[in-house]
Amino acid sequence: MVKYGASQLDRTFAALVDPTRRAILARLEQEQSASVSDLARPFVIKLPAVMKHLAVLDEAGLIVRTKEGRTVMVNLSPGPMREAMDWLSRYERFWSKSLNRLATYAESTEADARRKKR
Amino acid sequence: MTSLTLVRRIKARPSIVFEALTTPEGISSWWGPDSGPVLSAETDVRVGGQFRVRFRMLDGSDHESTGEYLEVVAPERLVMSWRWTTGGELDEAGNLSRIAIDLKPIDIGTELTLTHELLKSDASRITHEQGWAGAIDKLARRFSYGAADRHEQT
Repeated sequence: MVKYGASQLDRTFAALVDPTRRAILARLEQEQSASVSDLARPFVIKLPAVMKHLAVLDEAGLIVRTKEGRTVMVNLSPGPMREAMDWLSRYERFWSKSLNRLATYAESTEADARRKKR
Repeated sequence: MTSLTLVRRIKARPSIVFEALTTPEGISSWWGPDSGPVLSAETDVRVGGQFRVRFRMLDGSDHESTGEYLEVVAPERLVMSWRWTTGGELDEAGNLSRIAIDLKPIDIGTELTLTHELLKSDASRITHEQGWAGAIDKLARRFSYGAADRHEQT
């Protein structure tokens, strides 16, 4: 089983709360790489606000910013996202299989209890 | 927020489901992500009481789930903390998570709702309020492994 650091997951999920940040990630997922001004264009919010969102995403390790001349390029960094997804899918598997068997067990116990009553 | 919710409708009355969830005999019959055996199950079903379940998966690996009962309202609600140990070592950086199980009587028997969440700081509460559940579904689809791999190659 894979090991995770809580604080990393924490930062990842916290960064994903905001719809603007999710929109930025969704766009980067499509385009691989975009400049900061390209990313800011579709939003009504001003460039400094977009910069703040990018800083949060960067801190969470979800994006990487690199300077190319006067332009700052932004790339997606899939690692932390994958960790968060791994946590979810691991427990989804654990509980969905377990609960299926729990249901089978409880249903047969219920059937036994009814038979005994008669 | 890092949290998972599953709902099951079970053709058995809540008291039977509650027993299956809390007795060593019940737990031994269902606990685990595959059909590997439960090696031992101990439960002390009262607030502050502990549970410890060891199981072996089909790949031969041994795992242990331990925790403490935080709320016990038979046969309606069960809340417990959760820690995971693999091969004797604390997994997930010793992370504590929390499981809440609610049992609601319905016409066919019981509707079980299970929520497993990673316990964290204020951030998780904020995300909870803002309805994280829908977003994670979309993101899970977007950030498929395929997409991530493609990105790494570029």
